[in-house]
Amino acid sequence: MVSAMEIYMLLPKTNCKKCGLPTCMAFAVGLLSREKKIDECPPLIEEKKYEAKLKKLREVMAPLETASETGLIIHPEKCFGCGNCVVACPVNVAAEPTRCGVGLGPQGDKVILRVEDGVVICNNLKECRRFGPNKVLCNACTATCPSKAIEFV
Amino acid sequence: MAICTGCSLLCEDIELTVKDGAISHVRNLCRKGHGHYQGLLTQRARPMIDGEEVALDQAIAKAAEVLHGSKAPLLCGWSNTTLEAQAAGMSIAKKLGASICDTSPPCLGTLMERIISGSAPTCTLDDVRNFADVSVFWGSDPSNSHPRHLSRFSYYPRGEKRQKSYEEERTCIAVDVRKSATATLCSNYYFRVQPGGDGEFIESILATLDGKIPKFGEKKRMIELGTILRKAEYGVIFPGPGMLYSLQNKLELFETLLAKLNEIATFKVVPMVERFNSRGYYQLLHGPGNSLAAAAKGCDAALVIGSDPLAELPLATARALARVPLIVIDPHRSLTVDAASVVIPSAISGMEAGGTALRTDGVKISFEPIIESDLPSDEQILARILEAI
Ligand code: SF4
Ligand code: SF4
Ligand code: SF4
Repeated sequence: MVSAMEIYMLLPKTNCKKCGLPTCMAFAVGLLSREKKIDECPPLIEEKKYEAKLKKLREVMAPLETASETGLIIHPEKCFGCGNCVVACPVNVAAEPTRCGVGLGPQGDKVILRVEDGVVICNNLKECRRFGPNKVLCNACTATCPSKAIEFV
Repeated sequence: MAICTGCSLLCEDIELTVKDGAISHVRNLCRKGHGHYQGLLTQRARPMIDGEEVALDQAIAKAAEVLHGSKAPLLCGWSNTTLEAQAAGMSIAKKLGASICDTSPPCLGTLMERIISGSAPTCTLDDVRNFADVSVFWGSDPSNSHPRHLSRFSYYPRGEKRQKSYEEERTCIAVDVRKSATATLCSNYYFRVQPGGDGEFIESILATLDGKIPKFGEKKRMIELGTILRKAEYGVIFPGPGMLYSLQNKLELFETLLAKLNEIATFKVVPMVERFNSRGYYQLLHGPGNSLAAAAKGCDAALVIGSDPLAELPLATARALARVPLIVIDPHRSLTVDAASVVIPSAISGMEAGGTALRTDGVKISFEPIIESDLPSDEQILARILEAI
């Protein structure tokens, strides 16, 4: 996953404040947390000398665009379909204690993570413990993944 | 609900949607299993004699004729077929006086013989899920070889006595020459061994268990490992090819370790065979089996089923096998199928043909066909050969 420092390196680094933030570093952090958008940095968009940086920045930021509201990103091409995340996710276990709870694949549609056609997919993301007013920093799915196929922003 | 024959876990919770004779959608099958079925459904084998396509009956008759005329026939493969087909194969071997071999390394045969005869303590994978608090993956990387091993049995599921599971009640340890995908999940409990150093590693554990200073390896880490093993309530070791190749004919060392561990705690060993019914083959054989390397050199014709020996075996053995007429029973094209004198296409076990097989821990799993096929099963083909010889 891209870091705030890497993003910062691709910004103008002039601290011009046109984005409304005091420093380029603050803007980098804003981009990473998805509170700011690339287009909110006028020099980067308007000045030709930043063209290469802008292109690169759009590339490194692309995966973040597909991130869900909980910040969950899935890379199906890396997934082994091992089901570790399916069995570890507390929401899955609560939804199907006699299936996910004991290592089997889910049958119903209440779970967040399931394996389909050999790779993981996610549904019902609003049930995720990282979401909503009572959110907690659950990381059961990323911590149990052998292939880094799930990430959080 | 279907079962998967992609590896020896024979997962039983697969939900398939079949459309026009193909899988259109599937739930719970891992990537390996998915690839296994997709692969089998493309490039099907055709009945052939000497490179010419023939009718299926002709190919079967020709196979019987070649085997009947052979003075030293060899029947090899067997790990990717049903118990029923294996039993039919053993009857053919008996009738012809043929040698029968699988394609796994001889060191696996020795371990399997110890486990099946009961001289090495073992348990089922369901026991692992319900009771195990320490799992040791030794020279094995289930995340790649048996992808659902950790989620179904050894690390993440909740079990009868392990409701808090991986969060609090299970410790997983990886012993390997490299930091495999499984070893990453074991984080702090990954122990590196030098290539070929498994014997020394065992000696070091034995020393720490005796309260002595280990001679090999990082002393602090070895003592840490010794302490975890000593405190286990129900430990299970999963020895994989890495350990077996390294120990070769020094398996007694591992047996000594098991005996020692069982003086202190409960420790079991559950094998990690690769193919879906390798365990069944060893169980029917009641012994460690023959060496394929020797048998391949001595035979004058060979029947191959449930394996692709020309692609898998060490070059010398593959060459020895390639010089004799080969009869291959397989649903799918392979290097061996392409080199065979007689090809008999069969229905895919677990998908087009039912039967039974033994999971890697010895539990019998039955399955029904889920897709219709005109092709006979391995068992039916072998029964017809048996009748004709
Ligand atoms: S963060 Fe937790 S609740 Fe959300 S999907 Fe992952 S494991 Fe499930
Ligand atoms: S995302 Fe990771 S843990 Fe989940 S099924 Fe894929 S490889 Fe396994
Ligand atoms: S773990 Fe093995 S048996 Fe289970 S779905 Fe994957 S390949 Fe098939």
